[in-house]
Amino acid sequence: MSLTVTDLRVHYRTARGDVQALDGVTFTVADGEIVGLAGESGSGKSTLGTSLIRLNGRMRHVGGTVELDGVPLPIGDSAAMDRFRFRSISVVPQYSMSALNPTRKIGRMVAELLASRGERLDPAELERRLALVGLSSDVLGRYPIELSGGMKQRVVMVVSTLLNPSLLIADEVTSALDVSSQKAVAGTLLGLRDKGLVTSMIVVTHDISLVYQIADTIAVMYAGRLAEKAPADVVVTEPRHPYTRLLISSLPEVGVRRAERRLDGIPGAPPSLLDPPEGCRFRDRCPLAYDRCAERPPFAEVAPGHFVACWKAA
Amino acid sequence: MSRYFGRKLLIYGLTFFVAVTINWMIPRFMPGDPVQSMLARANIAQPEAVEAMRAHYTDLFGFDLPLWKQYANFWAALFRGDLGISIWLFPTPVTDVIARAVPYTLGLLLPAVLLSWIAGNRFGAFAARRKWLDNTALPIGYVLTATPYMWLAILLAWGLGVVAGVLPVAGAYSFAMRPEWSWDFAGSLLQHWLLPFASLFLVAFGGWAIGMRNMIIYELEADYVHYLQSLGASRRLVRRYAFRNAVLPQITGLALQLGVLVAGALVTEIVFSYPGLGHLILQAIQNQDFFLLQGTFLFIVIGVLIANFVIDVAYVVVDPRTRIGMGGAA
Repeated sequence: MSLTVTDLRVHYRTARGDVQALDGVTFTVADGEIVGLAGESGSGKSTLGTSLIRLNGRMRHVGGTVELDGVPLPIGDSAAMDRFRFRSISVVPQYSMSALNPTRKIGRMVAELLASRGERLDPAELERRLALVGLSSDVLGRYPIELSGGMKQRVVMVVSTLLNPSLLIADEVTSALDVSSQKAVAGTLLGLRDKGLVTSMIVVTHDISLVYQIADTIAVMYAGRLAEKAPADVVVTEPRHPYTRLLISSLPEVGVRRAERRLDGIPGAPPSLLDPPEGCRFRDRCPLAYDRCAERPPFAEVAPGHFVACWKAA
Repeated sequence: MSRYFGRKLLIYGLTFFVAVTINWMIPRFMPGDPVQSMLARANIAQPEAVEAMRAHYTDLFGFDLPLWKQYANFWAALFRGDLGISIWLFPTPVTDVIARAVPYTLGLLLPAVLLSWIAGNRFGAFAARRKWLDNTALPIGYVLTATPYMWLAILLAWGLGVVAGVLPVAGAYSFAMRPEWSWDFAGSLLQHWLLPFASLFLVAFGGWAIGMRNMIIYELEADYVHYLQSLGASRRLVRRYAFRNAVLPQITGLALQLGVLVAGALVTEIVFSYPGLGHLILQAIQNQDFFLLQGTFLFIVIGVLIANFVIDVAYVVVDPRTRIGMGGAA
C-alpha cells in the first residue's frame, strides 16, 4: 500500500473563521496507481494535493493521518516533512510556468537544489530524463525566460521526479495548456509511471475527460469531501453518486450537436465551507435528497474498489 | 546589446547637453552683478580706476559679448577643459578649486551611498524574517528615511558635538592643523568625517532597509520559492535566491536615488562646513561666482550621469532577463 490517507482535515485560517476546505478525507493509493482527483473549483482537490507535501501559511492540519509506504508523514510539521519531500513525495505544481528561479540558469538551479538536499547531480541521467520529455540538454544552459511555457512545465516535471519519488502530485498541470499540449503532458505523466520514475501518482484536475485518459482510478471531490472513488471506467460509465452523475452528464459528447441537445449544468452552487451544513453537503442541489441526508453519509465501499458517500447509493 | 547601449548613451548625451545649458543659464539670470561685487570688494575710490577695472573684468569674463556668443564660448572652453576663473577665489581657475573640493565630497558620498546600500539591504532582508525585529526596526526605518538630511545632521551635530562634545562639528580637519601625511592628521580627518557620514548614512540606510524588507517578503511568496520549499530545499538556498532577486529593484532604486543622495550630501556639507562641493556651491552663490557655480554643477551632473551609466551596466550583468530581452527584441 503506497499511500493511506485517513480522515484528513485541513482548514484555512481566515479573518472570518476556519474554512473547512478538507473535512475528513479517507482514501488509498496503491503502488503503481494513478489516481485522478477531480472536482470543481473550491472543492478542496488542490488543498488535498498540496497538504500532502507542504501546507502553506494559511493552512492548518486539524486532524487525520497520512501514511506513505508504511511511514507516517508529519504533514503538520514543515521542518520534519523536509526529509520526505522530493525523495519520497514530490509535486508538479499548478504554477509550473513560474516555478523556476528567473535569474538562474536551469542547470545551475538544479545542481544547487540537489546540493542543498545533499544529493549528487548525475549529468548523464539528467540529460536522459530531459530526452524522455523531448528536451535537449541545451535547456540546462538557458534561463527560464528563454523557454516556452510547455518547455518550462516539462523541465519542472523532470526536476520534480529526479529522485524517483514514490508519490508524485500533479496539480492542475494541464490547466494552462492548449488541447494538443494537454495530451502531450498527459502522455508524459503516464510515461513517468510506466518507466518507474515515480511509483504512484495523484493527478489533481477539474477536467474529468482528460484525467480519464490516464488515470486508473478517479476520485471526485465535492465541498471538502470525497463523493465517489472508483476505477476510471466505472466513474465515467456507471457513476453512483448523484453529483458524479450530474457532472458526467454535463460533459459535452462528441457528435452531439448543440441544437439537438443543450448542455446542462448542475443548478445551484456549492455551500460555503466557512460554515458548511450538517450532513451531506450536496443535499441542497441533489434531486434525490431525502430526510436521511441530514446525516453525514459514510464513504462506503458499494462494490470492490468503488466507494460512494451517498445514502441512496449504498 | 550595442543598440541598447547606443540608445542609452544618446539619452545620457542629451541629458548632459540640457543640464549644461541650464547650468550656464542659472547663474546668468540670477539677480546681482558679480563684477560690481568684485569692485566693491576692491574698495577703490577713484571713478576712473573703477571704470578701468570694470572694463578689465567685463572683458576678462566675457560679459560684454552677446549672450549667444557667451554661450558658444562656454561650450568651446568646456571642450578644452577650461571652466573659467573663479570670481570668489580670483584668480584661481575653477578646475583647481573643484579639484581641491572633490576628494572631500567623494570621501563622504561614496562610502555613505555604498555602505548604506549594502548594510540597508542586508538588514532589511534580515529583519523581514524576524517578527520582533520587523516590528521595532520598521518604524525606525520609516522615521529615518523621512528625515531630511540636514535636519538629522543638525541633530547629530548638536547632540554629539555640542552637548556631548565628543565629535567636532565643523571643517574637514582640525583648524589647528595643515594638511600633511601624518597619523595625527588622518585621525583628525576621520573625526571630522564621522558626523557628516553618519547623517548621510542613517537616512539612506532607513530607506534601503525598508525597500529590501518589502522586496524580500514579496520574493518569499513567489512561486519559485514555494516550489523550492515543496522540494525541501534548504532555507539557505531559498534565502539566497530570494535575496538575489530582491536586490534587482534595489539596484534600480540606487540609480533613482543617486541624485537625491548627492543633494543630501551637499546640504550636509553646508551644515558641517565640510569643504566639499556643497560648500563650494554655497560660496559661489554668495559671491555671485558664475564660473564656480557652473563648474561645480557640471561636475555633479557628470558624476551622476556616470554613476547611472555604471548602474545600468551592472543591472545588465546581474539580471539575465534584460540581457535576453535585448538580444531577442532588438
